[in-house]
Amino acid sequence: MGRFADTFLNWAVMAQYAPKIVEGTWVTIRLALAVVIAGIACGLFLSLLRAFRFRAVNFLIVFAVDVLRALPPLVIIIAFYFALPTVGVRMSAWVSTWLALSLVLMAFSEEIFWAGILAVPRGQWEAARSTGLSFLQTLRDVVLPQAVRLTIPPLTNRTIAITKNTALGAVVAVGEILYQAQSAYSFSYNPSPLLLGAAAYLILFIPVVWFGRWIETRFAWKR
Amino acid sequence: MEALIRSFFNFDILAQAWPILLAGFWMTLMLTLAVVPLGFAGGLAVALASTTKNFFVRAAVVGYVDLFRAFPPLVLLMLVAYGLPFLDIRLGAFGSVALAFFLNTSSYYGEILRAGIESVPRGQLEAARSTGLSALQAMAWVVLPQAVRNVVPDLISNTLEVIKLTSIASVVALPELLHAAREAQALTYNATPVIAAGIIYLVCLWPLVRLLSRFEHRQIALH
Repeated sequence: MGRFADTFLNWAVMAQYAPKIVEGTWVTIRLALAVVIAGIACGLFLSLLRAFRFRAVNFLIVFAVDVLRALPPLVIIIAFYFALPTVGVRMSAWVSTWLALSLVLMAFSEEIFWAGILAVPRGQWEAARSTGLSFLQTLRDVVLPQAVRLTIPPLTNRTIAITKNTALGAVVAVGEILYQAQSAYSFSYNPSPLLLGAAAYLILFIPVVWFGRWIETRFAWKR
Repeated sequence: MEALIRSFFNFDILAQAWPILLAGFWMTLMLTLAVVPLGFAGGLAVALASTTKNFFVRAAVVGYVDLFRAFPPLVLLMLVAYGLPFLDIRLGAFGSVALAFFLNTSSYYGEILRAGIESVPRGQLEAARSTGLSALQAMAWVVLPQAVRNVVPDLISNTLEVIKLTSIASVVALPELLHAAREAQALTYNATPVIAAGIIYLVCLWPLVRLLSRFEHRQIALH
């Protein structure tokens, strides 16, 4: 047991690297928030654009969304960070990770919002238009509020799953929790920092997982 | 444009890298064939355990599911791959990936299957039991087939995510598709292999994405 504690719960090592992990936690939080805001905003925008039903535009949206859903996020991050510089497009590790994850969340949330918009009965559109509301007013004031309600549970779950992918940033050396934990592990050759990093993730994400569960039950009975 | 073709779609490079990429593709396929059935079986066990009346078993199951849903998969993989050897448990790259994926995916499959089981009306179980089927028989022949059918879209969606997730195995040097692509990029000093790997993922996973998109639109429209 003493050896186990020395190896996995080595206080000296943990105390030494705890500030790094805390620093990484802030990076993870900032990155996750930036991804959520950009991803959902762009996804909502695309789904609204799709409601205008311009054939060419919709084809492009569907194509982009499909590609982003079929590619593993890590492949996108690596393509941004390691492949794009060879044609002269350079971005930092943080931007590569943020952009890749935001695009993925954009794709998923566009699909979810669009499914929500489709789920609003046609009669709602027709009734709203016949009262004299314009297309945009109908979309904004009648259709969207109803659509968004339906989309909240799937959107929450997807968003949680994608924010956890901020850990992928470690692969391109974004200084978030996992990267800090991993480099502390290689400096000290002791896995305690990994455990500390894992604890940081649990502290961050267990409440988020619970929130997701709550959202699911909260919106479940109203169907 | 020419620079783009030379760096991203260079056929000479592709010809050189092809054997490596092909080996990586097979490894990804093997990995998928190992982790998807394992995760599904684990998920089934989780879902069945959560139907018992025993409070402690149910609490333990919820704890297990929430714990492993809160961990980013890459964090879990690193803990398993770098932490366990300190306990003299050496699983190798493939074994570490299999274990980490089992813990992660069985939680997700478990949640989906639990929701499926809950969606089957109680009367089905009662009717099955009253015809003389044992609890196990009723579950296996009456409840589960309906439960699985009710959550087919979610199961496919999760399977797609698991297949995409196998790309993180590259981080612990398992020579799957992404790892092969990175290796080939380093050897040829050209980004074509990474782009090619992306295209391979795309070609393999696109049909699943299309299928899912159809399911999702129908599913949300029903609510």
